[in-house]
Amino acid sequence: MTKSILLVGVGGQGTILASKLLTTGLMEAGYDVKMSEIHGMSQRGGSVSSQIRYGNRVESPVIEIGGADILVSFEKMEALRWLKYLKPTGKVVVNNYEINSMPILSGRVDYPAGILEELSSKVDTTVIDAARIATELGNFKVMNVIILGVIIKSMGLTEINWEAIIRENVKPQFVELNWRALNAGMNLV
Amino acid sequence: MRKLLTGNEAIARGAWEAGVKYASAYPGTPSTEILETTALYVDDILAEWAPNEKVAIEAVIGASFAGARTFAAMKHVGVNVAADPLFTFSYTGVNGGMVLISADEPGYHSSQNEQDNRNYAKFAKIPMLEPSDSQESKDMMKSAFSISEKYNTPVLLRMTTRVCHSKSIVECGERDEVGIMEYTKSLDKFPIPAFVGGMRARVEERQVLLKDFSNQTELNFFEWNDCQVGVIASGACYKYAKEVFGDTVSYLKLGFTNPLPDEKIREFCSKVEKVYVIEEVDPYIEEVVRILGFDCFGKNLFPNTGEMTPDTIRKAIYGKTFDHVETEASKVVPRPPILCAGCPHRGFFVGLKNRKNIVVASDIGCYSLGFADPYKVGDWCVCMGASMSSGHGAQQVFDMVENSNKRVVSILGDSTFLHSGMNSLLDVVYNGSKTVNVILDNRITGMTGHQENPASGYTLQGKKTKEINLEKLVRALGFEHVMVINPNDITAVQHALDWALSLDEASVIITRWPCVLKTLSTEDKNEFKEVFKNKCTVLEEKCTGCRACIRTGCPALFLDKANKKVSIDVNSCVGCEVCLQVCKLDAIVKVGV
Repeated sequence: MTKSILLVGVGGQGTILASKLLTTGLMEAGYDVKMSEIHGMSQRGGSVSSQIRYGNRVESPVIEIGGADILVSFEKMEALRWLKYLKPTGKVVVNNYEINSMPILSGRVDYPAGILEELSSKVDTTVIDAARIATELGNFKVMNVIILGVIIKSMGLTEINWEAIIRENVKPQFVELNWRALNAGMNLV
Repeated sequence: MRKLLTGNEAIARGAWEAGVKYASAYPGTPSTEILETTALYVDDILAEWAPNEKVAIEAVIGASFAGARTFAAMKHVGVNVAADPLFTFSYTGVNGGMVLISADEPGYHSSQNEQDNRNYAKFAKIPMLEPSDSQESKDMMKSAFSISEKYNTPVLLRMTTRVCHSKSIVECGERDEVGIMEYTKSLDKFPIPAFVGGMRARVEERQVLLKDFSNQTELNFFEWNDCQVGVIASGACYKYAKEVFGDTVSYLKLGFTNPLPDEKIREFCSKVEKVYVIEEVDPYIEEVVRILGFDCFGKNLFPNTGEMTPDTIRKAIYGKTFDHVETEASKVVPRPPILCAGCPHRGFFVGLKNRKNIVVASDIGCYSLGFADPYKVGDWCVCMGASMSSGHGAQQVFDMVENSNKRVVSILGDSTFLHSGMNSLLDVVYNGSKTVNVILDNRITGMTGHQENPASGYTLQGKKTKEINLEKLVRALGFEHVMVINPNDITAVQHALDWALSLDEASVIITRWPCVLKTLSTEDKNEFKEVFKNKCTVLEEKCTGCRACIRTGCPALFLDKANKKVSIDVNSCVGCEVCLQVCKLDAIVKVGV
């Protein structure tokens, strides 16, 4: 059975490293894996997504509307933007972190209120505060690996040797920090 | 060895395994990583950024004539630029095998149009391959070189965004060191009218042989299941169709798509009751199915624009997608792409915006974003390098209108200028319009993710090289009025524009400051001292929340509506000081870090 993980966020939040570690781990665990990202113009502070699919045999690299088993949003409002891609029985993990888009920055509209309530009323929702934990760990940038830890636990993928995956893909001086971040994420759910 | 590769990485791997010696490209989404990855095989392949796609394919044509296996890669619109040499190359044929990779964009994620470059293969009468995933990208790259050499023709390998940028597992092989073929001088490579007739006839003979190949090759294959429905598809659409139908329908999967395999299509359409032709953008396959006399569901059922993702197919056939949860649209604010905090284009746009009687001809690059709020700088944008030439033509016509005092400001980046803007600027000086021409030199090719170019001083494979001096270059073209400024200095920008607009002749303004995301070279560090080393901060007691700084469009600034104070995000601010200069209350100050 093919599983679909949809990672969304804002250009520059590090969704690409998280999806790289995740797909490498899935491949080494023996799954067929496909992953799709859109690069280019949207990266300049726009809405971005990494779509990951794994199973015995995966055809499309793209997740369809109503097709994701889990929607993991690095940013609060992005969870709502991509919600239609989630199965109604799927799970949302949302980082309680706001990044203002240009219409909000310029003061024309406010950052929408009530997003977490809206999500919780409609689907199985877990709210995490990866920004705070990352700051506690001493590096704001590991927010992405904390979120990866949440995905691993939520999708039941803890048997994979993630420590080795991190060791192979992260600069030596950041291995320990990332390993701690991953564990912190796994402990959140 | 199994690796998880994007289609672009797999193409590079395939090129390496096929024994490619030389490759050239101009960056463009979604093709860019093909050459960037090829460049990593530094011991085996010479990989070069060319100033534009036409030059890239011409360099590659020369490499093929000289005997090497070689490829050029570009985005779909890049093939328009390279079309002239491509069509002649179809006639002359190759020596070493040559593959042109066209990366198309169904869904135009990062492009100005959605053209279907499969039409180029038919138009130029060259064979075409269409991979559907990374494994096929690698394998077809190798097949393409064999076909190129066997049939004496360039080969078009057509990718699309999802094949380029999706990762899947690839079984990798070793390099086949084919070496360099012997060079022999031949009039076959000289298409003057006296020789064209013979070449032309050979192209048609080749088409016949290629059609036989198309009918025989395993690149075009059947998958027989239930015969009530048969799907004909190529590229990513094949995988999308498999996702929707699985093994419940039969397939004719096309990997070799010019010329199309008429016999296989006939056989397939005769055996299945209902035919779906599933393809993105143009009815390229469908037209042939219909010419062969078969009815089918094609563009009368599936959309002719956008990506043919599984949900699109599902909706076309079953009338609906999977069940899903709807959200309140009002809770989701758009998130358009924006200029980064510290972007050197910001200061220029702040200096240019709100001027009267100015028409801005824009171009392809991050500065295209200037058209939007809060700058609204940019009246049109056509294609790479078109700002200065379209600006020139517009100025000539504005000047024909009585009492018109419209002035055209043409803007483009360093890489776009060197791509084809240089020819446009030549038109300005040769035919003498009074446009203001601005080169926004951020010391790198920005939008596509920081590729070196002739003005950056380094080659793709990291070699120090001649750095084109843009000021000397435009002076050599014949411009007398040239000014180089720091775009972060708004007074300097305004002064330069006032000066240029006071002239009754054409002028050039070069803004020179590195892209905030560029990895700075030693030369950059020497030239731009103090760059990105400071931060700006708001003195709360002086801030009245007037929003003057917010209107610079910097994403590091945020207005707290409740207490009417602006704050600056210390994680994103790099101290460009654009906000500081627009604050009339001196409420923003610089702090060293």
